[in-house]
Amino acid sequence: MTYGIRLLVWGERACFTRPEMKVERVSYDVITPSAARGILEAIHWKPAIRWHIDRIHVLKPVRFESIRRNEVGGKLSPASVVKAMKAGSTASLANYVDEDRQQRAATVLRDVRYLIEAHFELTGRAGPDNSVGKHLDIFNRRARKGQCFHAPCLGVREFPAHFELLESDAPAPPPENGVEPDKDLGWMLHDIDFSDGMTPRFFRAHMRNGVIEVPPWQAAEVKA
Amino acid sequence: MTAISHRYEFVFLFDVTNGNPNGDPDAGNLPRLDPETNHGLVTDVALKRKIRNFVTLDKEGGPGYAIYMQEKAVLNNQHKRAYEALEIKPEDKKLPKDEAKAREITAWMCANFFDVRTFGAVMTTGINAGQVRGPVQLGFATSVEPVLPLEISITRMAVTTEKEAEAQSGDNRTMGRKHILPYGLYRAHGFVSAKLAERTGFSDADLQLLWQALINMFEHDRSAARGEMAARKLIVFEHESAMGNAPAHKLFEAVVVARATHDEDGPARSFADYRVTVNAEALPQGVTMREYL
Repeated sequence: MTYGIRLLVWGERACFTRPEMKVERVSYDVITPSAARGILEAIHWKPAIRWHIDRIHVLKPVRFESIRRNEVGGKLSPASVVKAMKAGSTASLANYVDEDRQQRAATVLRDVRYLIEAHFELTGRAGPDNSVGKHLDIFNRRARKGQCFHAPCLGVREFPAHFELLESDAPAPPPENGVEPDKDLGWMLHDIDFSDGMTPRFFRAHMRNGVIEVPPWQAAEVKA
Repeated sequence: MTAISHRYEFVFLFDVTNGNPNGDPDAGNLPRLDPETNHGLVTDVALKRKIRNFVTLDKEGGPGYAIYMQEKAVLNNQHKRAYEALEIKPEDKKLPKDEAKAREITAWMCANFFDVRTFGAVMTTGINAGQVRGPVQLGFATSVEPVLPLEISITRMAVTTEKEAEAQSGDNRTMGRKHILPYGLYRAHGFVSAKLAERTGFSDADLQLLWQALINMFEHDRSAARGEMAARKLIVFEHESAMGNAPAHKLFEAVVVARATHDEDGPARSFADYRVTVNAEALPQGVTMREYL
């Protein structure tokens, strides 16, 4: 048996990058289940549990904004770190920003607010002392007090997420004026299957009455 | 080094007078504006760049304070010596399969590079262990009120090429453009996670250096474009517990920046036109506030 939690999250900006448009990032219209899971994990997570997102309520109208920034193009190669470690000097290991500069635009969301409904299941790594109630209590206590493992974010770390626990007896807040209640959001990333070589899995997201029903991870409509 | 044991949030206020705090490459280097509200923006990465530059200047690459993401301007080109010490095949792009080895690489990077330890870094392709998430997270800085960018035309009494000189028949003058804000007070929010600090070894000394960097970074970033920039206030909230004792947004709300005089509606032109109040009584239990500036 599992129990659900409801968490309100909001922030000024958000970027849930579409994998097909990630060089010049374009955000999905709404938060993805995978980003929502990341927010919950920022508050409480142990290897013994796995979060599942059930529903996402979109509480504010979907609006976009474009930001262009100087970014670096390359990643640090472990081989050169090994080289520097052996040499015992950091001198050779630097990335010169001017040589590797790329200007990239990002189309990000403005002023978002969601209600995330989720539950967790115990995984194979749960020991005998891992009761569901314990983890549920820890999560609720932390979320109520504003505690977190690290500050959760809305897709990328420069857009911090604020959060508040919605107590189980409180009614779900209605969507603000201007939220298009019914919308086909197309194929959207559900999550990444880390047990299967990081395969992304997608689902057809429909917003009905401002609410997106997220199919269970193993459901047939979730396609790799 | 022992990692910090408290969670922190901070509110950082800085201002600009007759300068451009952060140009927008999309808008011909105009100061960044939020198109909906005309509030000015400074990106998180712009601030991180200045923190890195300050640490470079302050520590001069001393042990444990190397900077991975460098600007050419601060480069001491005296390395290359220990470079060819190793023969690892260049196609070895992935982290070693051996997890212990991968950890060792990550730990070494954290121990030696201040910016990796603080902001994190992405190493490698594919395997997650090579990704360091730093404890310090910054949001975009936003101006407290809408800002007004001015376009200033300037002249140069010289030209670059002979051809241009001929075309001007010896007049040799070119016009240029500068974008400035007469004044703007910006507010940035930051987060420091003790739990992520444990993983990178971000210590109390590093934290003090971070505050130093925030307070002093504009002093070492003077340029024709920036005008006069100054750090005005750094308000730090320390939580008693590592996980934190209060929601971050509640703490940020306790810091109110308003105009000093309400009867006067003219545009603000100095920090004296603003008043910063901190509602210290309203702070939740277990949170200590410190003003570093």
